[in-house]
Amino acid sequence: MIDGKFAILAIESSCDETAAAVVLDGRDVRSNVISSQIDIHKAYGGVVPEIASRHHLDNVNWVVEQALSEAAEKSGCPVTMDEIDAIGVTYGPGLVGALLIGLATAKAYALATGKPLVGVHHIQGHICANYIEHEELEPPFMALVISGGHTNIVEVTDYNECHVLGGTRDDAAGEAYDKVARVLGLGYPGGPLIDKIAREGNPEAVEFKRVFLEKDSLDFSFSGIKTGVLNYVNSERQAGREISVPDVAASFQQAVLDVIVAKTVGAALDMKKDKIVMAGGVAANSRLREMLAAECEKHGLKLYHPSPILCTDNAAMIGCAAYYKYKAGGIDDLTLDAIPNLPL
Amino acid sequence: MKRINIRSEQDTERFGYELGQKVEPGTVIALIGDLGTGKTTLTKSIARGLGVTETITSPTFNIVKEYRSGRLPLFHFDVYRIGDIDEMFEIGYEEYFFGDGVCVVEWADIIEEIIPEDAMVIRIEYGASEDERTYEIEEG
Repeated sequence: MIDGKFAILAIESSCDETAAAVVLDGRDVRSNVISSQIDIHKAYGGVVPEIASRHHLDNVNWVVEQALSEAAEKSGCPVTMDEIDAIGVTYGPGLVGALLIGLATAKAYALATGKPLVGVHHIQGHICANYIEHEELEPPFMALVISGGHTNIVEVTDYNECHVLGGTRDDAAGEAYDKVARVLGLGYPGGPLIDKIAREGNPEAVEFKRVFLEKDSLDFSFSGIKTGVLNYVNSERQAGREISVPDVAASFQQAVLDVIVAKTVGAALDMKKDKIVMAGGVAANSRLREMLAAECEKHGLKLYHPSPILCTDNAAMIGCAAYYKYKAGGIDDLTLDAIPNLPL
Repeated sequence: MKRINIRSEQDTERFGYELGQKVEPGTVIALIGDLGTGKTTLTKSIARGLGVTETITSPTFNIVKEYRSGRLPLFHFDVYRIGDIDEMFEIGYEEYFFGDGVCVVEWADIIEEIIPEDAMVIRIEYGASEDERTYEIEEG
C-alpha cells in the first residue's frame, strides 16, 4: 500500500515498447515509464533504432526499476516490492516473443514476492487509459479502439465486461495511414504526417470510395482505399499530371474517417450509450477528434479521449485494468501464458 | 520457373485457394511484390484453401500472426518493418519456418538471406491494366 491505496506494478511489452508503471487504486498514476521515450543514449550510449525497442529483454528490468524509483520520488516515500500489492501484466494480444518477456518478468516478481499476478488484455488496457484521464468516467459506454495494430468498436458494459462489435477485416486504420504515407512519400509514422499535411488540403478534391461493407456491419476494411490511393497516384503520374499531396492526404483521411465516425456514432446510438470513448494511438488524430466531437454534439453524446502519452502503448493503462480485474477476483496463477491472438 | 497471368481478383482468389488446399506441412511461401499488388489478398485465399476460419488481418504491426483453425497451422509474416536480420532471430523465426505449419511471408525480399532454399517464391508484378498481375513462381 502507498498512501493507503492499493498499489499495482504494471508491465507492458506486447509490441515495440517496453513499459512499466506504478498505479494506485486504478487511477492514480505514480510513474509511467516507456523505454522508447527515455534518453537511452544517456543510459546506454548508442543509437536505438525503431525496432530495436523490441529488445525488451535488455530493457525490462531497468524499466521496472525506473518505474519504482520514479514512483518513490513522486510519492515522497520508499516504493519497493514491499509496498506493491499486485503485479499486472499484458498477456495478449501481441507478438509472442515480446509478450513473453514482460510476462516472465511479472511472474518472476510474483513468485519471488508472493504478490498476486493479474493478466490484462492489451485492448482492455487501452480503454482503461480513459479512466486515468477522466476521474468521473464510468462504464457503460461505446469505445473506439484505433491504432497501428487495431481498429475495433467495443461495447463496454462494466469495468471487466465488454463486447467487440466490429473490427477490421484487413489493415488496421493506423496501418492504412502508414501505407498511404509511403505512397505519398511522406515518411513514417504515417498517422501524424497525414493528419498534418491534410490540414492544407481539400478533403473533397479526390473521391475515394467509402467502404461500409454489409448493412449494419460494424466491421471495417481499409485495404481497398490504400489501393485506391495507389491507383489514383499512378494514373495521374502516367497521365503526366502533378498530384497535390495535401489534397490526396485530406481526401484519403476524409474517406477513412467518414466511415469510422459514422459506424462509431451509429453503434453508440443503436446500443443506447450516451458516451463515446476513444483509445489507442490513432485516437490522437486531430481530424478524427474534430469529426467525432461534432457528431457527438449533434446527437447529445459525450466524447472522451486520453492525452497522447496515454494513447500510445504504456503500462499505466495496464495497471488500471489490472486493478479493476483484481477487485473482481481476477487473480491469475503462474501458469498464465502469453496468447498472441487473445480475443477480447 | 512458372509464369501465371492473373486477370482479376477472382483469379488471385482461385490461385490462392488451390494452393492452400494442396500445400504441404513445412512449406514457406515467400511473396515478393510492391504495395498494392495483392499480397494480403493472396494470403487470405491461401488461408481459405487451408480451411482457416478466422479473419486474416494484416500482421504488419506484429510481424507475425498465427492461425490454427485450418488443416495446418498458418503463420502469416509481414517483414516490412524488419530493419536488421537479427530481429528475425529475436522473433524466433526458425521455429515457424522449420516447423510443421505453413508460412506465408510478405516482403520476403527484405529477409532474402534467411528464406529457406526449398521455399516457394512468388514474385508479383503489375500487369497491363489496374487489375492484372503476373506471378513468377519458383518452387524450391
